Amino acid sequence: MSDASTVSSPLHLAVALDGTGWHPASWREPGSRPRELFTAGYWADQVAEAERGLLDFVTFEDGLGLQSSLLLDPDDRTDQVRGRLDAVLIASRVAPLTQHIGLVPTVIATHTEPFHLSKAIATLDHVSGGRAGLRVRISARPHEADHFGRRRVPRVDLAENLSAQPSVTDLFDEAADYVEVVRRLWDSWEDDAEIRDVVTGRFVDRDKLHYIDFEGRFFRVKGPSITPRPPQGQPLVTALAHQNVPYRLVARQADVGYVTPHDTGQARAIVAEIRAEQEAAGRAGEPLHVFGDLVVFLDETRAAAEDRLARLDDFAGAPYTSDARVFAGTPAELADLLEELGSTGLTGFRLRPAVTGHDLPAVGRRLVPELQRRGLFRRAYEADTLRGLLGLARPANRYAAA
Amino acid sequence: MTKPPHPTDTGKPLKRIHLAAHFPGVNNTTVWSDPEAGSHIEFASFAHFARTAERAKFDFLFLAEGLRLREQHGKIYDLDVVGRPDTFTVLAALAAVTDRLGLTGTINSTFNEPYEVARQFASLDHLSDGRAAWNVVTSWDAFTGENFRRGGFLPQEERYSRAKEFLATAHDLFDSWHGDEIVADPATGTFLRDAKAGSFVHTGQHFDIHGQFDVPRSPQGRPVIFQAGDSEEGREFAASSADAIFSRHARLDAGKAFYADVKSRLAKYGRRHDQLLILPAATFVLGDTDAEAEERAREVRRLQVSGATALRHLEFVWNRDLSSYDPEGPLPDIDPDTGDEHLVRGRAQVREYHDRLAVAREWRELAAAHDWSIRDLVIHTGNRQSFVGSPATVARAIDAFVQTDASDGFILVPHLTPGGLDEFADTVVPLLQEQGVFRTEYEGTTLRDHLGLTHPGHAHDGRRPEPEHAGAEQRVAS
Repeated sequence: MSDASTVSSPLHLAVALDGTGWHPASWREPGSRPRELFTAGYWADQVAEAERGLLDFVTFEDGLGLQSSLLLDPDDRTDQVRGRLDAVLIASRVAPLTQHIGLVPTVIATHTEPFHLSKAIATLDHVSGGRAGLRVRISARPHEADHFGRRRVPRVDLAENLSAQPSVTDLFDEAADYVEVVRRLWDSWEDDAEIRDVVTGRFVDRDKLHYIDFEGRFFRVKGPSITPRPPQGQPLVTALAHQNVPYRLVARQADVGYVTPHDTGQARAIVAEIRAEQEAAGRAGEPLHVFGDLVVFLDETRAAAEDRLARLDDFAGAPYTSDARVFAGTPAELADLLEELGSTGLTGFRLRPAVTGHDLPAVGRRLVPELQRRGLFRRAYEADTLRGLLGLARPANRYAAA
Repeated sequence: MTKPPHPTDTGKPLKRIHLAAHFPGVNNTTVWSDPEAGSHIEFASFAHFARTAERAKFDFLFLAEGLRLREQHGKIYDLDVVGRPDTFTVLAALAAVTDRLGLTGTINSTFNEPYEVARQFASLDHLSDGRAAWNVVTSWDAFTGENFRRGGFLPQEERYSRAKEFLATAHDLFDSWHGDEIVADPATGTFLRDAKAGSFVHTGQHFDIHGQFDVPRSPQGRPVIFQAGDSEEGREFAASSADAIFSRHARLDAGKAFYADVKSRLAKYGRRHDQLLILPAATFVLGDTDAEAEERAREVRRLQVSGATALRHLEFVWNRDLSSYDPEGPLPDIDPDTGDEHLVRGRAQVREYHDRLAVAREWRELAAAHDWSIRDLVIHTGNRQSFVGSPATVARAIDAFVQTDASDGFILVPHLTPGGLDEFADTVVPLLQEQGVFRTEYEGTTLRDHLGLTHPGHAHDGRRPEPEHAGAEQRVAS
């Protein structure tokens, strides 16, 4: 179980796995194995590689529709990776094959049931021995709503300030409620609810099972969960955030927020905003990691990395753009940048390998040793749960009698 | 060693027996008080169970589902195993520790959406290299619905039509990819042959959805479909399009009648006798001798049905608080409460007792005839098909059952978690193998291979499966 007294690594590192990598032409690179994307072996190998690098966790991207080069609509492209497997199932499939690394699948709050999701992540935590988390996402894509047919998602105006659009704030408020329900369900069993009392014939002490009785604007959920409290008590909740409304979601509900500063000034401002929201939410004293997201091209020389980026852009037919800063350079240069960004209050980084088959090994085999030399990164896994790796205590159960 | 002559002389070629194992979930079969009983939640238990089933060359592992903790008297029912993990998550993890074993999950069609469930099963099929199966069930009750956005609004009479349409919609999604769309040729830069891969439109009473499904065609094309109902409608559905039935009729005579009835319905759907497997659930108790096994079986039944459990089960029918009765004493002389308010919530079987007065009368007569106490009655009436005896006796009984067309095999439910299958694997399976009625090695890699089912609508020939009448019957397996 997690051990709050463990000294965790001074800097935390995660990688975000998405298809063959974050560059849309990544699948064309040698070693990308695009035909294996729908096999367990592909994912098992990527996660094993990340675990060899002692990374805190991997995230698995997901969506409820085909990938698209457009933010809100499907495209007709046939030159990019399309199709993917359910992220929670990928995480579960690789869990028994790994021992230390955290597994954080993406879940879409907009179209799924918090009851199902809560038990799925609790089970991932049971299956992995305390290494589960989730990355919560909204879906503002009208065509994904059409896959469910239960609601219409109003079209977001990308030219306008997203935080000022009620349809966006509603989706995030719903996601916040969703996470609240998931978290309550995780606590709906006290740790020692299963008593197996042979004398009275009682398998559980039902006084230690709790109805969550959640009622909000978007749904009601009774509880308790059907799945006992997971090993971590509360698996890791994470979210990517670019603007104030999602910052608020991170501040209220997350253990880790991913942000996308392009320089130290931005990083400082974002961290300050999230900390202020955290205080406003009454969580000032609670640990909340803020990770910087970076897309990375890593090579022996900066020229080689930049050449690779240019070659891929050539394949793609357009320069690659991302919400996150795109870094092309050497592992040592990246270590410098992480140190610099880390000085702003970011507590870790989620690296998005541009080409998984190339840049993920470079993270584990080149960047990590560099960070270790600088005393910034662990030399061995120091805890056996994900919360433990991140220096987060196992939370008390909100329903347990004091 | 020469093979002994087969004891059942039916004049027909011997049928191959299908065997599967049900990891017991929430039920009163599991003897959790046994010192050998382990965790029903930890993955190590599931892994042990699955590995035993695979070592024994079983067709598949089966997981049931429940979406709300059961209640009685307005309180959570605490006498049976309570709590279980998420079906998809466990099955995906088990795919990592097994190579051939089929992975069958019960997933409710009422509190899910077709796009999501189809995506999960297609993903599971990919991640297990073609070993996924879906036991389609439905539920309408507002009690369970209180855990979901959809709530309990679904009227009872709509549950069948929703279930049918749900499955048909899922099939539309499974079939939306043909299997040859992913080219992934780095030289030409073509990943997808067709930008419209996965396109679907479904317009119906319950679902009006369209777009593109995002999981390419899986190794089995679509998961194996199980059905678990028994009504006229359920039997028709199974005959028309299910691959297997998780049946309740496991006593020999009832089994034969059910088997004959359902199989006789296949022809009108253009299906062969072997395209639908009938697999009842069954328990077993083994011993060195038949007498020893009988003695163990009696002990097991006493452990499964404590006095407290017996009273609670009697309340299923009486629908009254019977706490003041002595479980070792006679049945209550008061009549059941026939009101619409149920003391018991979250149990499918309670609906089987719709004429409570008649059941009570029948039970009183049974108890009087055998001089049974309340507990004795529940022990005897609540028992499902159970094979009791030495390994040789049990092997013979299972074989006879299958060779006489009372079933195509069994889904075994051991009373011990997770080690309850070990003894069966070590002692009964070798005898069935010696008889030549059970495989000694897996002959194929997918669950369809194990079950002798064809792969539907295979990809590249552009053939699409026939439209199907689809549906499922309420049966939240316990």
